[in-house]
Amino acid sequence: MGQVLVVTSGKGGVGKTTTTANIGTGLAAAGHKVVLIDTDIGLRNLDVVLGLENRIVFDIVDVVNGNCRLRQALIRDKRFEGLHLLPAAQTKDKTAVNPEQMLKLSAELKKEFDYIIIDCPAGIEQGFRNAIAGAEKAIVVTTPEVSAVRDADRIIGLLEAADLREPKLIINRIRPKMVRQGDMMSIDDIIDILAVDLLGIIPEDDMIVVTTNRGEAVVLDQNTRSGQAYRNIVRRILGEEVPIINLDEEEEGFFKKLRRIIGLK
Amino acid sequence: MGLSKLGEGETDLLDFITKLFGKEYKSKNIAKERLKLVLVHDRASISPQMLESLKLDLIKVISNYMVIDDENLEVSLDSSGNTVALVANIPVKGMKRTAG
Repeated sequence: MGQVLVVTSGKGGVGKTTTTANIGTGLAAAGHKVVLIDTDIGLRNLDVVLGLENRIVFDIVDVVNGNCRLRQALIRDKRFEGLHLLPAAQTKDKTAVNPEQMLKLSAELKKEFDYIIIDCPAGIEQGFRNAIAGAEKAIVVTTPEVSAVRDADRIIGLLEAADLREPKLIINRIRPKMVRQGDMMSIDDIIDILAVDLLGIIPEDDMIVVTTNRGEAVVLDQNTRSGQAYRNIVRRILGEEVPIINLDEEEEGFFKKLRRIIGLK
Repeated sequence: MGLSKLGEGETDLLDFITKLFGKEYKSKNIAKERLKLVLVHDRASISPQMLESLKLDLIKVISNYMVIDDENLEVSLDSSGNTVALVANIPVKGMKRTAG
């Protein structure tokens, strides 16, 4: 039986979809059967982040309405055979699916996949309730900003009220230099405030933009800090003990960068 | 601010002094303090307006029994860990002999 995880945050734009795509790709790269579900009906994005936007025929609303079989709506990834996407509908709204249907869908997918990862829309309305309905574990994504941490706190409260206890936290877009200068909240500051377990941290990295432009996942890029950070998260989900990367050592010097560019490392 | 005239050693010293005395000048500390305060209210689901009206009601009730200094009365929600407490600091000026 597979495991159902929901990736949520409350606030928009903190990296839920990027995180879903990278964790899913990483798990598939490790040989697991994975399905990613985009529950952001009306504003679908996981398809473009994965570079699968041209292959969509059916979507999640077609599946719950019985317009097609579940199998027909699943899009196989271009790189990994084990990775699939169930896209959101673009022309409907969040009320086109209800929590009971999501629960049924997750139960169905659990029979066939090792990991079902649900990309939750921003907000706390029906889209959120749909996304968490079938989930067994929750991953909360935040960034080191007052607004994002506040929303994460609210979401953690709502998850616990819905019996999704002990959510795990990912702190995205950390800028080590600003943290050192005291101009950005540190990992400890945020953990201290939210009082949840840390699943991982992702440093701010221009390569996220570059890989997303191409419809690829940074987790496969061996030379990036953010790729390493996502690989660590994937290993932790698989049960390995992996230390959190020390951001102070991570700043890449000029010569190190040069060596990397000319291929000495 | 004239800081540009300082040499490197002097700015280091200035950094040190700022760190020693001026913790609140770092913007992350401002962020933390603001966040903590807003979360206390979020977690207790009480708005500043509600807290104000609670304060006025408290004054009304307590004034039936004691003479209190309602100018210096403080009511706030305080959080430690995952618990929230209502803390009221009410200076008493005198007692009444009969209720009402």
